[in-house]
Amino acid sequence: MSASLLLRFRRPALRLAVLVGVIFLQGCRLALFDPKGDIGNQERHLILLSTGLMLLVVIPVIALTLYFFWRYRATNTEATYAPEWSHSTAIEVVVWTIPCVIVAVLAVLIWRSTHDLDPYKPLASERPPLKVEVVALNWKWLFIYPDYGVATVNELVVPARTPIEFHLTADSLMNSFFIPRLGSQVYAMAGMETRLHLIADDVGTYAGRSSAYSGSGFSGMRFDTIAVSEADFADWIRRTRTSSPALDADGYHALTAPSEHEPARKFGSVAPGLFEHVVDQYMPKPIGGEVCGPSDSVARTPSVLAPSHTDALPLMSPAKD
Amino acid sequence: MFGKLDLSAIPFHEPIIMGTLVIVMLGGAALLAAITYYRKWTYLWREWLTSVDHKRIGVMYIILALVMLLRGFADALMMRAQQAIAANGSTGYLPPHHYDQIFTAHGVIMIFFVATPLILGLMNVVVPLQIGARDVAFPFVNSLSFWLSAVGAVLVMMSMFVGDFAATGWVAYPPLSELGYSPTVGVDYYIWSLQVSGLGTLLTGINLVVTILRMRAPGMTLMRMPVFTWTALITNILIIGVFPVLTATLALLSADRYLDMHFFTNELGGNAMMYINLIWVWGHPEVYILILPCFGAFSEIISTFSGKPLFGYKSMVYATSSIGVLSFFVWLHHFFTMGSGANVNAFFGIMTSIISIPTGVKLFNWLFTMFRGRIRYHSSVWWTIGFMVTFAIGGMTGVLLAVPGADFVLHNSLFLVAHFHNVIIGGVLFGCLAAIGFWFPKVFGFTLNEFWGKVSFWCWLVGFYLAFMPLYVLGLDGMTRRMNHYDDPTWQPWLVVALIGALVIACGIAALGIQLVVSIRHRNANLDMTGDPWDGRSLEWSTASPAPFYNFAHVPTITSLEPHWDAKKAGTAYVEPTTYEDIHMPRNTGAGFIIAAISLALCFALVWHIWPLAIVSLLGMIVAFIVRTYDRDVDFYVPAAEVAAIERARFARLPTNHPTAATRFEEAA
Repeated sequence: MSASLLLRFRRPALRLAVLVGVIFLQGCRLALFDPKGDIGNQERHLILLSTGLMLLVVIPVIALTLYFFWRYRATNTEATYAPEWSHSTAIEVVVWTIPCVIVAVLAVLIWRSTHDLDPYKPLASERPPLKVEVVALNWKWLFIYPDYGVATVNELVVPARTPIEFHLTADSLMNSFFIPRLGSQVYAMAGMETRLHLIADDVGTYAGRSSAYSGSGFSGMRFDTIAVSEADFADWIRRTRTSSPALDADGYHALTAPSEHEPARKFGSVAPGLFEHVVDQYMPKPIGGEVCGPSDSVARTPSVLAPSHTDALPLMSPAKD
Repeated sequence: MFGKLDLSAIPFHEPIIMGTLVIVMLGGAALLAAITYYRKWTYLWREWLTSVDHKRIGVMYIILALVMLLRGFADALMMRAQQAIAANGSTGYLPPHHYDQIFTAHGVIMIFFVATPLILGLMNVVVPLQIGARDVAFPFVNSLSFWLSAVGAVLVMMSMFVGDFAATGWVAYPPLSELGYSPTVGVDYYIWSLQVSGLGTLLTGINLVVTILRMRAPGMTLMRMPVFTWTALITNILIIGVFPVLTATLALLSADRYLDMHFFTNELGGNAMMYINLIWVWGHPEVYILILPCFGAFSEIISTFSGKPLFGYKSMVYATSSIGVLSFFVWLHHFFTMGSGANVNAFFGIMTSIISIPTGVKLFNWLFTMFRGRIRYHSSVWWTIGFMVTFAIGGMTGVLLAVPGADFVLHNSLFLVAHFHNVIIGGVLFGCLAAIGFWFPKVFGFTLNEFWGKVSFWCWLVGFYLAFMPLYVLGLDGMTRRMNHYDDPTWQPWLVVALIGALVIACGIAALGIQLVVSIRHRNANLDMTGDPWDGRSLEWSTASPAPFYNFAHVPTITSLEPHWDAKKAGTAYVEPTTYEDIHMPRNTGAGFIIAAISLALCFALVWHIWPLAIVSLLGMIVAFIVRTYDRDVDFYVPAAEVAAIERARFARLPTNHPTAATRFEEAA
């Protein structure tokens, strides 16, 4: 009897506890707090560490604000009133020192972590990295696997536990390439190539999207990142090569036409040098054919695409409503 | 003849827009009819539209801001409603074409036509009163500045009904904002409304810097300036520093769009990264332009209502100045993800976190101002406490975003959206509302209703946390900003909570309106006879409420940091002068209004490529300006007898005993 009464009394509290627990568990499942790769892990750690460091000041400030506000209310005549007091060198020194110390620690943390997490820095691993070239199109993602000569649209298949070396560009509008569970994002910009290194620790499917607004079809620029075992990846490459159509100049040209919510697609072969061509398309043609300056990537192959397309890739015309 | 303009520019097929148009037209017609019925046109023209009185111009800035707040907030509600619906394959009720314009307009309006005019209005009202000046240095330019800002707001509103607005996000990054991707007039409306209002802001910046540096009462050294005036000085120096950058950046974008240039295009050597750098060279100091005067207002409020001088005045001055300097060295933190090297990113990350030092010091100084004070719980104090708690959280998430490694995953997410609303609502908006409640009686002569002020505060505070804490969570779950629809069903509950929060804020806005109406209706019960309703400390509280148009009958000689407080203490406050002198004042002029009105025609013509009108209106502006420069009748003297009459009436009204000041000193003794 008394037990059941106790139970009944406790029920709302229990329900509340369960609710809090559910919210907490959901908190643990938030993409950035549940990373599936080394970069993401480090970034979660960095977020928690910096937040903790700042809470050392923020919590006392909030607590003192509320306490002083209550303690020194006009109706509380018990509290001391010092109507002239407005300076104390000791307090001034302390209030300048505390934030300075916190920021000094934070500065060291920023310097180190920014270098550790530099998106351009190759990841240390026994396995050689998988190279993926990413082209942001309106409004879909093209992934080219130059080492295997295959490509996909809106679906990124990678081997787990293998570093991935992304080379990013955009055909027209700027986007940001982002797979929250794996970590860092980097802009994809037309006429430029950026880099990003990520790794997936576990087999699984992770959502990816564009994180920089790029016009009306932007919300649909979503892709699945499917991390598979090495054997499955080899198998996937083999099947893709044999059973999928080729991506040639005309096929690429068709892809650049604006479209939204494009379903995932595969291409069994890709015109070589396609990515370099996309990056270089806005560069004026060199006079005399020879370009000076550093060239760390493969030899440029300007004739990969049919000349009729290379001269003028038409600007996209926004959809009329 | 009409350039690109034809009837198809009016979006007849959009029921939401047409409905709004009908409401606006009916409301406008009712307003015009009311003015006509009550025969107020002459009054309106003589006393307001042509006024060069800094207080009236300040009031008009604030009215403009509050009207635009309604528009910007309506946009916010529509966005929240869209995102609360558009999950699981639903595309919501707003197509991207419309939704994208709404979030762009929301950002532009809230920054340029709500926050900026609020700040400019407050500085206009308060600064001359605090430094013992009769007006600003260039009264006509002040009037012109305001009307140019108003023209910018009119252009943004017009874009809704004639043509469209930019669908690019509020900073209009190219290549999206280039002609190839945004071929409609939306971006042109964006450019010209910002150019014309930016010109107004720049002129105000120059005006107020000159006013503060050259027109302080005798004896008021820089280190005797009230802290609000200090923050206003730094803010206006920042305005002079960075608004030309905005003007130049937008001019380059216009050159791309109008003259077929290629500064920021993909092709022919253009580089969008250049625009992104330039716009943030303006954009980051801009947020300090908005927040610094609010820091100043909070300082005045917390000190006044604690019945104590501000703790660490010098610290505050140095902190404010250093924030001003540091704000120029942080712009790159808006795009750590562009692919800069680790050294560059780390430098800007560290510079950004360094700004949190002076900001933290300010928080501590406000804390120790309350320490051993006698805090009266006025609604302005509630806003201040709400600010201190909220801003501490917003500052923390800001520093987190300044850590490049964390920004790599938080950039452009709803976490970022939550952060800047946290500091702009919790800092700028709370600050301006606190300041309006604080200085309202100085302009209008009666205090605002406290009950509705507190209702508004609680609605804003609770609404803010409900609306934006879920966005922090969603950002941590990888949800990107500016999404029209999304496919992750677990996001929806959070967005529904955010919508509820926005509705609670709507109640807060309604409470502000009620507060205003109730206060005006019961104004006779809340008249401020003393000129010093809060037992104030700085100079503005020594003159009457409402302050006479000449501000001070005699310009006082300043001997301390808190002249009015010290005068009350010494018993020299409220001593009626025996003699009065003629007072030299600027004369009202319609030139500012007329030049700005012609600039509206110019901007409209430029937006729609109506070249004949553009040429005529540009010439019209120049001619009107030249005509004004030949006007020799720009000032007049208020006869000493008139001053004497006004002042004697004031002293006759003055209560004989001052309950506030007198009891306070007794208590302290």
